[in-house]
Amino acid sequence: MQEHSEHHIVPKRVYALVFATLIVLTWVTAWVATVDLGAFNIYVALSIATFKASIVVLFFMHVKYGTRLTKFIVCSGILWLMFLLFVTMGDIWTRSWMGVPGR
Amino acid sequence: MIAASAPVKEQKNYLNAENGLKSWLLTQDHKRIAILYLLSVTVFFIVGGLFAALIRLELTTPAGDMLDSNTYNKVFTAHGVVMIFFFLIPSIPAILGNFLLPLMIGAKDLAFPRINLLSWYVYMLGGTLGVIVLATGGVDTGWTFYTPLSTTYSNGYVVLTAMAAFVAGFSSILTGLNFIVTVHRMRAPGLTWFRLPLFVWAHYATSVIMILGTPVIAVTLFMLMLERGLHIGFFDPAYGGDPVLFQHLFWFYSHPAVYIMILPSMGVISEVMSTFCTKKPFGYTFIAFSSVAIAVFGFLVWGHHLFVSSQSAYAGMVFSILTYIVAIPSAIKVFNWAATMYKGQVRLTAPMLYAIGFIGLFTVGGLTGLFLAAMGLDVHVTDTYFVVAHFHYVMVGGAIMGYMAGIHYWWPKITGRMYNQLWAKVSCCLVFIGFNLTFFPQFVLGYMGMPRRYHVYPAEFQVLNVLSSGGAAILGLGYLIPAVYFLWSLKYGAPAGDNPWGATTLEWQTSSPPPTTNFEVTPVVTTEVYDYTNAEVPHIV
Repeated sequence: MQEHSEHHIVPKRVYALVFATLIVLTWVTAWVATVDLGAFNIYVALSIATFKASIVVLFFMHVKYGTRLTKFIVCSGILWLMFLLFVTMGDIWTRSWMGVPGR
Repeated sequence: MIAASAPVKEQKNYLNAENGLKSWLLTQDHKRIAILYLLSVTVFFIVGGLFAALIRLELTTPAGDMLDSNTYNKVFTAHGVVMIFFFLIPSIPAILGNFLLPLMIGAKDLAFPRINLLSWYVYMLGGTLGVIVLATGGVDTGWTFYTPLSTTYSNGYVVLTAMAAFVAGFSSILTGLNFIVTVHRMRAPGLTWFRLPLFVWAHYATSVIMILGTPVIAVTLFMLMLERGLHIGFFDPAYGGDPVLFQHLFWFYSHPAVYIMILPSMGVISEVMSTFCTKKPFGYTFIAFSSVAIAVFGFLVWGHHLFVSSQSAYAGMVFSILTYIVAIPSAIKVFNWAATMYKGQVRLTAPMLYAIGFIGLFTVGGLTGLFLAAMGLDVHVTDTYFVVAHFHYVMVGGAIMGYMAGIHYWWPKITGRMYNQLWAKVSCCLVFIGFNLTFFPQFVLGYMGMPRRYHVYPAEFQVLNVLSSGGAAILGLGYLIPAVYFLWSLKYGAPAGDNPWGATTLEWQTSSPPPTTNFEVTPVVTTEVYDYTNAEVPHIV
């Protein structure tokens, strides 16, 4: 009945690499904010942020080495965030579909 | 239900195992932490009740002759904030869930006892912030903190109040986390998922909502604080924000929060129904999965709070349909409880009366929710007393009736003492009558057009308002009487014995009150849940 997970020992080198990546990407975030990419400003910033969050979750929070149940729980959290974002945006995207009477 | 259980003998229990204030404030025993919650949640219930009394007293006359407008705004805000964040949300999970979940699954404690104690301290920190707000002048936004009132126009302590709710939310997250891990990892040998009591299923589903939803309200309130304090634009159009975005984010948590309140009550009702009908709940699997279905679908209906908030009509249609769908699992439960009573050996004890009352009141609350899910009708009754009546039927008629049923059902286990059945039945009847007298007239008032959150109203609404206030007085008395007989029972109540109701779940197989480690011997479950084959049905007076 009980699910047993092994305690994975992550080499310090991996932590150091993740940390260095986060520092570099923070610098990239700050730098890219000074460059006008037009419509892509937001996409680039969010992509970098998502990548940084992903490596924190996978390595610092050990989800990469966790059980399937742990991964399932993490994925369900992301799924719920998607529900929130897409359904909320669904409201905003469709507001103009129906005209305002009198206009 | 069990093959091996605790030998019955005179022994120390969790109440007398250690003495002194320090032993309580630093305890890691889930049962003692439940008692800490019981005491603190009860204090907040009394505070919230006093604010309700002020509201009903003011509304006995059409003129605003007792409270001025600003004070009235602060009073109903305080009532809502205290009752929702500091009473209803923690009440059953943090008290009964904390006490019973490990016992019901044959575990010695929750998975993370220190985190459990931390959750109480975090709750108390949030509560203290809330009390500071009340003591220093209050806040007038309503418990919903709608923008731009909260971010721009309110003169109250909005940031501190939002901080109180923000902090209390973390207590909820810690409790939910603890419950989920405990149910997954600490079940007794032989206790498969489909041998779990329905109370455990309900708390598991509740915990999922706590974990997935509470962070969203935390972030939302944080954004509100940033906008009000630092003028960082999220919701104010002047800063490029959208006020309706606040409502989306707020209700993404706050609608499922209703299920945080009601699902644990449903778990209680399933236990009480089974025990006092001496019968396995009809459709056990359906009830179990309906809890999970409510937790999932409950997250997808928040937009029905935004039908008149400039939300897209197309989004509104989708939310309307989803709201009708979420009624299905709730209806499954109600039908199954009714079917459990059919041809059951029904015993009308006090907990059972509360449970039956729950079914009636929750059904009214749930069905009027369907009225509100209809977009056309909702436009007519939005922000009227119809809505106030609806959610009180769900959150008081449902959640608090379930809480009262649970307290009456497990009181003998928690304290080892029986209480007076006659007085308990009298108080249950008073609560039922008082509740209906308080809130049914509000349906009529709302349909006639009386808006909520106003203390001055046209004279033709006075009769119904006086009826409502009179009902509130009866309801208050109904809640006061149990405090007397429960306290009385602590000293004079007859010893309860291990299993006074003839129940079958594991918590009744250990002594009353239970020992610190819950069971002398870890139980091994060999039979199905709610197996009454060899159960003895005691006569209860």
